Amino acid sequence: MSKLNPNYEASKWRKIERFVNGEEISDNPNLSKHEEEIREASQEDKERNEQFEATITDLEDRIQKERKRSIEALYRKYEKWPQTKGIKIFTHIYRILAVLFCVCIISVLLMTVSYLPTFGDASNPNNNEVPKRYIEKGIEETGAINFVAGMILDYRAFDTLGESHVLFIAACCVLILLRIDHSKNGKKPTEKAEAEEDDRKFEPKNDKILQKIASLLIPPIIIYGIYVVLNGHLSPGGGFSGGAIIGAGLILYLNAFGYEKIEKFFTYKTYQRITVGALLFYACAKSYSFYTGANHLESGIPKGIPGNILSSGLILPLNVAVGLVVACTMYGFYTLFRKGGM
Amino acid sequence: MHLIQNFPFISIILCLASGVVSSVLSGKNAKRLCISLVSLLGILNSMVLFYVWKTKESYTFMMGHFPAPWGNELRIGVLESLMAVFFCAIMLLSLCGGMKRIFKDVEEEKTNLYFVMIDLMLSSLLAIIYTNDLFTAYVFVEINTIAACALIMIRNNGHSLVAAAKYMIMSLLGSGLILMALSMLYDLSGHLLMSNIKEAVAQILPGSQYEIPLTVVIALLCVGLAIKSALFPFHSWLPDAYGFSTPSSSAILSSLVSKAYIFLLIKIFYRVIGMDVMIDHKITNALFFFAVIGMLMGSLSAIKEHDIRRLIAFSSVAQIGYIYMGIGLGTKAGMMAALFHILSHAASKSMLFIAASGLSEVSGNSKDFTDLKGSGYRNKIAGIGFTVGALSMVGIPLFAGFTSKVYFAEAAVNASTSKMAIGMVILAISTILNAVYFIRAVISIYTPRNEHFIVPGYKPAVTFSVAMVFFIVLNFVLGIFSNPIMDAIEVGLKMFA
Repeated sequence: MSKLNPNYEASKWRKIERFVNGEEISDNPNLSKHEEEIREASQEDKERNEQFEATITDLEDRIQKERKRSIEALYRKYEKWPQTKGIKIFTHIYRILAVLFCVCIISVLLMTVSYLPTFGDASNPNNNEVPKRYIEKGIEETGAINFVAGMILDYRAFDTLGESHVLFIAACCVLILLRIDHSKNGKKPTEKAEAEEDDRKFEPKNDKILQKIASLLIPPIIIYGIYVVLNGHLSPGGGFSGGAIIGAGLILYLNAFGYEKIEKFFTYKTYQRITVGALLFYACAKSYSFYTGANHLESGIPKGIPGNILSSGLILPLNVAVGLVVACTMYGFYTLFRKGGM
Repeated sequence: MHLIQNFPFISIILCLASGVVSSVLSGKNAKRLCISLVSLLGILNSMVLFYVWKTKESYTFMMGHFPAPWGNELRIGVLESLMAVFFCAIMLLSLCGGMKRIFKDVEEEKTNLYFVMIDLMLSSLLAIIYTNDLFTAYVFVEINTIAACALIMIRNNGHSLVAAAKYMIMSLLGSGLILMALSMLYDLSGHLLMSNIKEAVAQILPGSQYEIPLTVVIALLCVGLAIKSALFPFHSWLPDAYGFSTPSSSAILSSLVSKAYIFLLIKIFYRVIGMDVMIDHKITNALFFFAVIGMLMGSLSAIKEHDIRRLIAFSSVAQIGYIYMGIGLGTKAGMMAALFHILSHAASKSMLFIAASGLSEVSGNSKDFTDLKGSGYRNKIAGIGFTVGALSMVGIPLFAGFTSKVYFAEAAVNASTSKMAIGMVILAISTILNAVYFIRAVISIYTPRNEHFIVPGYKPAVTFSVAMVFFIVLNFVLGIFSNPIMDAIEVGLKMFA
């Protein structure tokens, strides 16, 4: 170990070292004293600073707490915002957007209509060989004077088969939704609950005026309905419209005289039998004619003389079948939408 | 005419007739009739498939004594009969798997009506698949809509009623758009028969008066069918409808009903409007765009779910996105991949729904994941089925989902550059997202906990186990022996055009 120069701080070497380190070079020998003074002063400063900082942190804490409190108040104020004002604003925007969207779609569709072929123009694309054959050969090929009946029940009978099943399935859906299951829970409901579920308890109403007029009106309505169904192949009408008329007659009867009387001839069982029988007959008859048609066999069903009531092959019985299904479905819809069901 | 050629028409009529007859039978007998009907139809249609495959030619079947533009017509090719066979098989398995729950969920007096709905649903599916006439397709779309509503609401509790109402509103909106499009299309072409419309549409030149209505028609058809098959922005009805109905209904709705609409759309693409016209009108790009978003959004919503049934339902949104992505690529390979995914997704998704019902049966009928912990040990066959379905959805090799993903990737590589890039990236991301929620579900059903749900001596119903085994086998068949099916799809698509 080399000896340490006691006067090292003032030596030349030290000066060079200081120069190299970039420190301030000064010849003042009192430097160290000065530094000590500074150190003492800074010590005092530090203490003062600490005191100051303590007060500052205290203040900051207080400010934090204050801010927290105010934020909480804000939250409290706007906590229910989504439920109250938010939903209101949202529904407003939603409605405005919905209306705008609808207007846009409507205008696009209207514009499209203006580009479509003019209505009733002879040179339209839909004036082609398809309707031509329906009109020119319809009577000869189907035996029905009413082209529409020939079209829906002979030319395009498969679509009508589907369509009558649409009615059937719709009636079944309403049955699922609205029919009261009496076997539920296995116990009989109380009289009051039963009265609430079932309109029957308030019957018969015995409205004299309604009953008198109904007894006058119902026979002609039902007979007219039957006429429309049976003449489906001769005049405008057919199973769908005639069935709706018969259904309306039944509904009027039910309203005037109540369930008790109508159940003498028309119950849920009758409804089921008629619908199932008619639809099965339709399916069987048509599958016979589809099968013979596709395999190029003679169907052997006489067409009769066009214009006679017994003519046009299968169209008349099919019209009757469709009429029965429609009448039952109309009546069924009405009873199911009343409380209590059929 | 060969006897086998009559079978498609006979199957449709048989379905309608047995639906009508079931409405007066008791629940048990209606079930027997329904099960034997679906099996019989599966056999009949596979004979048709075999016949068409052997003759290598599609044929038309005249419905009645009048030829096509005047009367109705069916058209039977390989693709149609393949779909019919497959739909019958899936329907049979879903019914068997969920049979116990059907009798539990549906009120006793109304069980026969459930089978009425199933019969008529099957008739509408077959008619939509086989018909060559757009209006006939619409009539049976109506039957399908009503039957699907009934299948949801027949459970008759609050949730399922709301879900059915939602479904009905959206589905009727879709039907309305389709009907508008059909009437406009009839105005433009003067025909309802698919092949005649195609001829008429081919004569509408770009820039002519009818070009704008044709564009609107295409848009309306696509939007209508997209609503009905739950493509991404129109999927709001889906989670409730699949989540709250009885398991068989969810399986049938997710794997058959939405697929039938997609099949109808593909039919419209090829046989009514023509693929070239569709691509010229850029509709494929729009479908591709929404499909890709749907693939992501469906999975992201599924990740947030705690309800196992709703999780599977949201995964359906993503998978429908896959199918539409295949269609949106606008290439033949993309279309083939989409058709294959229709099959593989139908097989896996119905299995998942049925397995999930089996799992919740041993967890106190809860659908929540915390209760389902350890249910894979309590109901082993359901656990295995769920795992197989989940792995297939994620896309693990050997399972059906992997094969269809490979076909999608292949198709995307051969598509245009931008679609390739987007398609591949989204496929990758979506696969990872699928893995996130399906693997989580599998892990949670195999986490041994929740001992208090143990039912001593519990045995799953025989029909359930049998259905599960067949589902698993079907999944592996689709995953491993996909080549003959792809060949059939290719031949079928060739017959389409």
